[in-house]
Amino acid sequence: MTAPLRPALSACPACNAVPAATATAAGAVADARILLSVPGVHCAACISTVERDLNRMPGVRSARLNLTLKRLSVAAAPEIDSDAVIARLAALGYEAHELDPGTLSMTETDRQGRDLLMRLGVAGFAMMNIMLLSVAVWSGAQDATRDMFHLISAAIAIPTIAFSGQPFFRNAFAALKARRLGMDVPISLAILLATSISLYETFNSGAHAYFDAAVMLTFFLLAGRYLDYRTRAVARSAAQELAALEVPRAVRLRDGAEETVPVAEIAVGDLVRVRPGGRMPVDGVVTAGTSEVDRALLTGETLPVFAGPDTIVSAGEVNLTGPLTLRVTAAGRDTSLHRMADLVATAESARTRYTSLADRAARAYAPVVHILALVSFTGWMWWTGGDVRLAINIAAAVLIITCPCALGLAVPAVVTAASGRLFRAGLLIKDGTALERLAQVDTVVFDKTGTLTLGTPELTNLGDHAPDTLAAAAALAGASSHPLALALAQATAAAGIEPAVVDALAEVPGYGVEGRLNGAPVRLGRAAWVGADAAETTATYLAIGGVTHVFRFADRLRPGAEQVVADLHRQGKSVWLISGDVPGAVADLAARLNIKDWQADALPQDKVAKVQTLASAGHHVLMVGDGLNDTAALRAAHVSISPASALDAARVASDMVLLGRDIAPIAGALQIAAQSTRRIKENFTISIVYNIVAVPIALLGFCTPLWAALAMSASSITVSLNALRLK
Amino acid sequence: MEILVILIPVSLFLGILGLGAFYWTLRRGMYSDPEGDSRRILNHEYDDAPKQDET
Repeated sequence: MTAPLRPALSACPACNAVPAATATAAGAVADARILLSVPGVHCAACISTVERDLNRMPGVRSARLNLTLKRLSVAAAPEIDSDAVIARLAALGYEAHELDPGTLSMTETDRQGRDLLMRLGVAGFAMMNIMLLSVAVWSGAQDATRDMFHLISAAIAIPTIAFSGQPFFRNAFAALKARRLGMDVPISLAILLATSISLYETFNSGAHAYFDAAVMLTFFLLAGRYLDYRTRAVARSAAQELAALEVPRAVRLRDGAEETVPVAEIAVGDLVRVRPGGRMPVDGVVTAGTSEVDRALLTGETLPVFAGPDTIVSAGEVNLTGPLTLRVTAAGRDTSLHRMADLVATAESARTRYTSLADRAARAYAPVVHILALVSFTGWMWWTGGDVRLAINIAAAVLIITCPCALGLAVPAVVTAASGRLFRAGLLIKDGTALERLAQVDTVVFDKTGTLTLGTPELTNLGDHAPDTLAAAAALAGASSHPLALALAQATAAAGIEPAVVDALAEVPGYGVEGRLNGAPVRLGRAAWVGADAAETTATYLAIGGVTHVFRFADRLRPGAEQVVADLHRQGKSVWLISGDVPGAVADLAARLNIKDWQADALPQDKVAKVQTLASAGHHVLMVGDGLNDTAALRAAHVSISPASALDAARVASDMVLLGRDIAPIAGALQIAAQSTRRIKENFTISIVYNIVAVPIALLGFCTPLWAALAMSASSITVSLNALRLK
Repeated sequence: MEILVILIPVSLFLGILGLGAFYWTLRRGMYSDPEGDSRRILNHEYDDAPKQDET
């Protein structure tokens, strides 16, 4: 790459290559940039497998996997679309989701991080050089030599502080303007005071200068700031990634012709076609076609619902068997789905904010620091009879030694270590205080469909049927894309049953599949259509020559569901199952997972009521759910988790997001959270003990810069090491 | 002591050189995927023939 082709740099080299490639291909076809989220990658082998395979794929120019963000970026010829790449990855065994590159404005957050890192680097450079000079002074440099060393230190320190200290000065200024005393006010005061006193001392040939302390203070605090930023950036980018998961496109019918347009361009009154397997992009009324729609995400019902002309459908429902044409009644931000999401977002920001341990510590700490410095200043003024120089010197020493480095590092270091561990386990923290709240949880409430189960059915009574029946069923089921038919076809194929030869196979959208077996009509589908009595549980029905057969289904468990319940029981937490589904299905699942407390037929408000009842009984509730019907309960709970497959609204409302399909990490997360809260408290203890020891020394005026520097580094390093014990 | 007149500028120069190198790596986006880079070391794919820039 040559320099002029590199105007905007971004995090991934492949993205960098894109503008360059576009520039060189000016006139020729531009490469398409495909961004995929691949949550399953975790090792060196994954990187080489994925990259090597994709680079061999015809039309792909380059593929680069970012393991930190678990994101794959592919530059490919325009005829390659994301579906082809996703299929290729699926063949390799990796689940992938398309991301909307437009939604991911990663350069913005990235610039912020690079900015902090640069300031940190400059502070580090200055700290090392000044320390070298200071060591020379401490080891006995005298008079002119000492003054020269101090001058050189000043020459390095002042630009450094002007550059590296900016984040603190800016925050402190903002805090003062809002008449608050944040953590940044004592920090800025200490840095500025130390620098100006040192400068004064230098020009008056004083024995002590605090340049080293001032720069070191900046360095350690920036380190804490950067750790804090890293944790939040990972969470933010993943949250953006989740928002970008649904690439919103719809098929609009205009004068009978289909055209694919962004959802934003759909207007009320347009006709929209939704193909089988597609998600409704808008609210609307069916004008043509029959099908079945899956409302599981919205209501928790596992059984698909019939949809024909005049049926009202909402955005977010999944069309299953036949193509539907909708007349749009609401689109974009006006859909019922979006309105619900907005409501939740508003309610979310109104939630009484949990004050984190760090906030509480800072609130108690900042005034104490100022008062101590003031006390030492006035005390020494009085004691020495008005020696301003000495008094200010000691006050500055107090400010520096009470430096909140350890305190500033205490929380970010632990949270970074903990969230890194959780991220590797497949859990993403969206809210900074979620970890502390998670540590207090004693009751876990699960939703059923989509949370403990995957929402995909599994045949349970294969053994009840004769091989002939199964062969006929397999043949009919193979012709449909209805989830029950798919599950049936899968189960029969797994049992090694050859499908019978059925002629004139035809799918009747919304009802089922029919055909002719040895001349006799056979049907597989809804009870009424087949002529069977409807069963209590999820089932599909087969009619051969007047005899009907019932195929029963149970929801397939999410991987790790059994383990998470067992682990939670072992940790002594109480576990609840609350679902909007029918009692039969819920009782069945509760029995399979050994959950004693369950509630079926729960409306969204029932879920909230249950969570609130538990909370008012003094329990700290963790709610795990994925549907729109869980959203309010997710918000009402002390802390909440939703899977990445959940609706936007649910993900917005929850504090953590489960990235993979496996739900087992939740039990481990509770333990990590408890551990990290313990570490944070230990870190506070360390910094308090340090202050108790160091402050009197500074107050009494025995603190030389060497001691201040040593004590400060020791406390910061202890705190960081303590945080690392979590790994 | 005269040696300091040489040594101090030298040490400052070396420090600034390091800072410049750090700035360069930062601008080249070398800290965007620490996790992946640490694993890529184990990959023998480009050992004998490093991957060339395509443009």
